[in-house]
Amino acid sequence: MIAFLIKRLFHALLVMFVISVIAFAIQDNLGDPIQQMVGQSVPESERAALREELGLNDPFAVQYLRFAANAVQFDFGYSYVFNEPTTDVILRHLPATLELVAASTFLIIALSIPIGVYSAIRPRAWLSRFFMGVSIIGISIPVFLTAIVLIQLFAIGVSWSPFPADTGWGAWLNDLISTDGGMPAYGRGDPVPVFGTWETNFASLEGLTYLVLPAISLASIMLPLFIRLIRAEMLEVMQSEYVKFARAKGISLRRIYFLHALKNTMLPVITVGGVQIGTLVAYTILTETVFQWPGMGLMFLDAIERSDIPLIVTYLMIVGLIFVITNTLVDLIYGLVNPTVKLTGKPA
Amino acid sequence: MTIKKTLLASAVGAAMTAAAIAPAAQAETTLSMAYDADPVSLDIHEQLSGGILQLSHMTFDPLVRWNKDLEFAPRLATDWEQVDDTTLRMTLREGVEFHSGNAFTAEDVVWTVERLKRSPDFKAIFAPIASVTAVDEHTVEFTTEKPYPLLLNLATYIFPMDSQFYSGEDADGDPKDEIVKNGNSYASRHLSGTGPFEVSERQQGVRVVFERHDDYWDEDSPGNVDKIVMTPISENATRVAALLSGDVDFIAPVPPNDLERIRNDDDTQLVTMTGTRIILFHMNQERVEAFQDPRVRQAFAYAINQEGIADRLMKGFATPAAQMSPEGYAGHVEDLAPRYDLERAQELMAEAGYEDGFEITMMAPNNRYVNDAKIAQAVAAMLARINVTVDLKTLPKAQYWGEYDDRVADMMMIGWHADTEDSANLHEYLTACPDADSGAGQYNAGNYCNPELDALVTEANLEVDLEARAEMLQRVEQTLHDEAAFIPLHWQDLAWASAANVDIEPVVNVMNFPYLGDLVVEEE
Repeated sequence: MIAFLIKRLFHALLVMFVISVIAFAIQDNLGDPIQQMVGQSVPESERAALREELGLNDPFAVQYLRFAANAVQFDFGYSYVFNEPTTDVILRHLPATLELVAASTFLIIALSIPIGVYSAIRPRAWLSRFFMGVSIIGISIPVFLTAIVLIQLFAIGVSWSPFPADTGWGAWLNDLISTDGGMPAYGRGDPVPVFGTWETNFASLEGLTYLVLPAISLASIMLPLFIRLIRAEMLEVMQSEYVKFARAKGISLRRIYFLHALKNTMLPVITVGGVQIGTLVAYTILTETVFQWPGMGLMFLDAIERSDIPLIVTYLMIVGLIFVITNTLVDLIYGLVNPTVKLTGKPA
Repeated sequence: MTIKKTLLASAVGAAMTAAAIAPAAQAETTLSMAYDADPVSLDIHEQLSGGILQLSHMTFDPLVRWNKDLEFAPRLATDWEQVDDTTLRMTLREGVEFHSGNAFTAEDVVWTVERLKRSPDFKAIFAPIASVTAVDEHTVEFTTEKPYPLLLNLATYIFPMDSQFYSGEDADGDPKDEIVKNGNSYASRHLSGTGPFEVSERQQGVRVVFERHDDYWDEDSPGNVDKIVMTPISENATRVAALLSGDVDFIAPVPPNDLERIRNDDDTQLVTMTGTRIILFHMNQERVEAFQDPRVRQAFAYAINQEGIADRLMKGFATPAAQMSPEGYAGHVEDLAPRYDLERAQELMAEAGYEDGFEITMMAPNNRYVNDAKIAQAVAAMLARINVTVDLKTLPKAQYWGEYDDRVADMMMIGWHADTEDSANLHEYLTACPDADSGAGQYNAGNYCNPELDALVTEANLEVDLEARAEMLQRVEQTLHDEAAFIPLHWQDLAWASAANVDIEPVVNVMNFPYLGDLVVEEE
């Protein structure tokens, strides 16, 4: 176990090293940070002086070594835009992203398991067919569009009146297809401070309303995938010998479905799920942009737009770290769920 | 609606001041607003940009400012007179206090101008000022080395800072008045001005909260906003949605695609205005030999249908241009109209011996100006009709300007707004003979060079007779047009939108510095 974790630690360092080298190598293509710092009418001589001062004229190797020497002491440089250490900037934006990912993950788990299991148990029921149809649509709509549609429907509101509004039934039908709006369209509102730079939206009902639309949009990418995965796995497990045997033994169906079958269904789901949570962090860039959610994704896009190279490099390294950590956690959980898997390759 | 009329806890007030004054129940008016970006710093001398100037007008006051008709209105300077050709004397307003409580005096103006002359971004435009002296507590004298007709234009950029507040050293031992581009200077985090609002809370990229300065000197200002919460929303669709859903009361800029939607909504209002930012294409004479022939350049100018672009692509959200200077500028020539004429263009190409056309490369940004990439595509398509094949590449602005500085394409797009609201600035940066040492023609990606025009503009900048000066600048503009030095496209319009009860029309202006101190929010 310890050996496994140490191995993973080296993985993480290697990943961060490779990412930092790549990010540094492409920085010339990320744009000129000086351009973002000065007004358009500033003469070239002033720009050159500033470039020299920031050390942007040094050769690649010199710049990288300077960065690496500081980075091993956990100093990742100063953000050009925020004028603060990049790690501080990221730590301040991290809670918002984590909360958004947590809320989406909760939605995904809470919805995908029951729906997936139901549509595996009753594959021919009209409700199952409905879920499968909706999930096809869900998987093919880009998250950007989902978010805009949600804002239009639930933040701004739409009023349609295809039916005659002066009749009772017409007005009722019009009301049925129109929405009031009223949900917050952007941002986090006034999150409650917990400690340090961590502020939470989970502490108040008002805070939660700010989370709803972004969390649904973010969940909309993964939800269909998980429903289909769980359904497919469950269907397969239902065909297996041990389930048939359990039925023959007369064990109650409920026990078979939710104890014996579900447990084995979840094995591949956990593996996929762990990897997908990392992907979810990547998708936050889109969701956060549309909802102006002040998390890491929005910060990253801003950093790209303003060529804030130190911040871009640090962000990429931290996302690499998050991927390694989630994969490690997944492996650990997998070991718990399925004791036959040995993490280190040695006898346990 | 987020405009909350919160009754200030009059009960608390009553308990605390029971004996002293009768507590007046006061309603607080809060304005929520969203711009596409928030100010990069609280140091108004750190960057010369629209965002910083918008912040300056909220938290500071200039000596004079432009009114809606592009005339000077007194602010911290109440009166001014030209003593001789090189000296301007200004009388300053009395009884003005900074947010810190310090009194505003002539020394603050002197201190501020000296700091401006040290700022990398501002020192170029303040170069003509040789010295500033405080004659007495409320009089300053500006001296220029040569006669300079644009001193008042410069005075719109002088927002006196609280010299006492910004003097000394901060906790780290750094001078409080230092200007740092990439760092944590005292001035980038602390602010004391004379303006209508103080900054009470700021989280970069998330929000800035402004509270009205209790002792604001301008008691004639109709403004009734007590608190402003500014959120940057960079995504166009989200910014519009935030307004339509009532989450914010004021947004800018408004994307052209959503203008109709806002205009048709009963709860919101839209204000649009012809802007002063010229969008144009340069034709690089150094890279393409054909562009050295004025007939080819004219042919290009005749081939472009500015009105079509303004109508169809910009949906009327632009004013077609045939010159750089917008109306109201000294150099604006009334008679110059877009000259779209395809036949004439083809004739000129034939005359110059390029009947079969040639191939060029073109580059434009894709997120800097309204519809920039689409405009470039339209121009490329129009040039195809005079047999010019265009290899077009569009880039995000972060990458584009580096390529622009290296002049990597034959035709490049640029938009320009004159910081001095004056025609000479347009010529100096965009069409003057490029000279790396003096910085002239820094953005002249066409390499057009006409020393006579440069001399004329230099002369105009010494001419204090404004009519004679305007005549010179108009001659420059006419020559540039005749020789087709570049291809002007349009002046980009400006748009702001607000909730119906927020009366933004009187406070917005062509410089895009809304005077939010004077903003009136009507009660619902």
